Amino acid sequence: MAEFAYEPEPELSLGPGERAEAVAGQSPWRLAARRLWRNRVAMAGLVLFLLIVLVSFLAPVYANHIAHTDALQPNVNGTTVVNGKTVEVIQQGGGPLGLGENPIGPTWQTNYFIGADQNGRDVAARVLYGGRSSLLIGIGSALIACLIATIIGLIAGFFRGLTDSALSRLMDLIWAFPVYLLAITLSTVLLTTNGLQWGPIHLDASSLWIPTIIIGVIYVPYVMRPVRGQVLSVREKEFVDAAIAQGASNWRLVFSEILPNIITAVIVLLPLMIATTILTEAALSYLSIGVQPPNASWGTIIQDGQALLYTRPWVAIAPGIMIVLTVLSLNLLGDGVRDALDPRAKVRLRK
Amino acid sequence: MATFIIRRLTWAVIVTLVITILVFLLFFKTPGIDPARQMAGRNPDPQTIAAIKHEFGLDRSLPVQYALMMKRMFISRDLISYQYHNKVIPQLVDAAPVTFSLVLGASILWIVGAIVIGVAAAVLRGTIFDPLLMVISLIGISIPVFWLGEVANLITQDRLHDSVFSWVPPLGYVPLTQDPWQWFLHLVIPWFVLSVLYIGFYARVLRANLIETEGEDYVRTARAKGISEERVMFRHTLRTSLITFVSLFGLDFGILVAGSTLLVEVVFNLHGIGYLTYNSLTRLDLPVIMATVIYGAIFIVFANAIVDILYARLDPRVRPT
Repeated sequence: MAEFAYEPEPELSLGPGERAEAVAGQSPWRLAARRLWRNRVAMAGLVLFLLIVLVSFLAPVYANHIAHTDALQPNVNGTTVVNGKTVEVIQQGGGPLGLGENPIGPTWQTNYFIGADQNGRDVAARVLYGGRSSLLIGIGSALIACLIATIIGLIAGFFRGLTDSALSRLMDLIWAFPVYLLAITLSTVLLTTNGLQWGPIHLDASSLWIPTIIIGVIYVPYVMRPVRGQVLSVREKEFVDAAIAQGASNWRLVFSEILPNIITAVIVLLPLMIATTILTEAALSYLSIGVQPPNASWGTIIQDGQALLYTRPWVAIAPGIMIVLTVLSLNLLGDGVRDALDPRAKVRLRK
Repeated sequence: MATFIIRRLTWAVIVTLVITILVFLLFFKTPGIDPARQMAGRNPDPQTIAAIKHEFGLDRSLPVQYALMMKRMFISRDLISYQYHNKVIPQLVDAAPVTFSLVLGASILWIVGAIVIGVAAAVLRGTIFDPLLMVISLIGISIPVFWLGEVANLITQDRLHDSVFSWVPPLGYVPLTQDPWQWFLHLVIPWFVLSVLYIGFYARVLRANLIETEGEDYVRTARAKGISEERVMFRHTLRTSLITFVSLFGLDFGILVAGSTLLVEVVFNLHGIGYLTYNSLTRLDLPVIMATVIYGAIFIVFANAIVDILYARLDPRVRPT
């Protein structure tokens, strides 16, 4: 182990290959940003993720101006032009043994680049539209989980005692239920009752908010535990005692003294949470209890593609590749963020 | 230790009880959900619904309904499915071996795979192979398991079925007692698909643990004594690092056996616990849901208890004196 002659602050730790003089006097955030910037693998992850977000949100541009196809409306009787010839999008009798319907395969041209699904919709454009839903739900539910978990963690860690026990036991209870079973239970109930009615707020069963909220809620305990642990330890610090001695209100203690010191724990978890929620959304949609028609997501497109798996495999393969790339980029970024904010941290376990 | 175990078990029983009550209320008290209407089919007349309600005891008060359901589950063991009108307990008994076979094979694969990759990456630290192995593990973590299953089906059932994968039987399950060789052949591909995520995750955890342990004083002492590098790795470093590995494994094993294998079971048409749970949930078949939830909770509790005992066996620092 290398011995450091100079420790700028007892709280601040040095990353591998970093000299103590270089980090002296720098704010922790600036230091973290510089470490992240220098981490080429993490930056590659960030660039890949931003690229996927950009491409997904340009889905209407691609569909209307490049492919000239409709990704959302069925196009069973439509035709398209391939190599100068007009062909049907769904060929009758094109299936095995000359029976059934066979959607057009990959044309490797702008229209129907990787073919059509059973309803004659352009899969390439649909994958981009699906990406919008998947990313919105993934990011939205991760933010919901982190927000609720931070609030609960702050309350539990700050007030301690009975409040802490009650909240922690509640979290344990959610935790004892396997994640997918909990998500399936909630989704089934909400879909059967045609959405969520809560006071003046009504959410339709096809609303993207329903999977977003469900996935957000089920992951609260995963974020709450580390946050609570951090709050418990920060609360013991001298500066909190000093603030109490100055007569600071609870409100001020929580938001000005404790929150800024625990927020790194949440930021470290955020990219990894988005990766997890995107995978969960895909799984729920694959089981037809996530995103509901007419919306598409990567999971629902894989589900559509299952029936065409042996004849038109690209329908199922393409959205899967998008999921792998997105989740991989977020995991790479997440590792980098963790190393940047907390260079001596051990690998954090899933639970 | 004994008090600790008793406390843990008491808490586990409370959790199971509360979960069954919550599931029960969720499916009975949510407005718009009516199991009787669900059972009666399309456009039922009120008499049919009333008859069904009476038949299944749905016209009784909620606590009575709950108590009746628990009594039929545990004491008379003749709980009837709303959907298929058959007994629930035999369904569970039929499904459990499928999930067990799936998880058992996959866990052997993932333990071996993760130890090989994790140790290799730690030993090869400083070379290009360490980051390479870690990125491969990260890709494994990033693949949705159901999609991997579909791609595996595409390759082994269709595209390469006539050449390399001609030995892969059609999707489904053959009981071990009926034909061990067919049992093995039917499960090989599902085992691989299920284990990929865990190999990636465990390899990363193990590598990090190994590198952390490398810095410990006793490893330095072992080297100073002149022990060979292999012996340092396998007798000293790896043994300590496996403690985290074992506790994680116990929890994951419990969660998987409890029904979290459902995505793999759906893709490969294996009618195990996960498949049963998924089917019962989407059909609002409350007796089956309750049975699978309780079954799952029991396994998670069981896995936790085993983890605690193993932990004490492996780590002398927490062994009770």
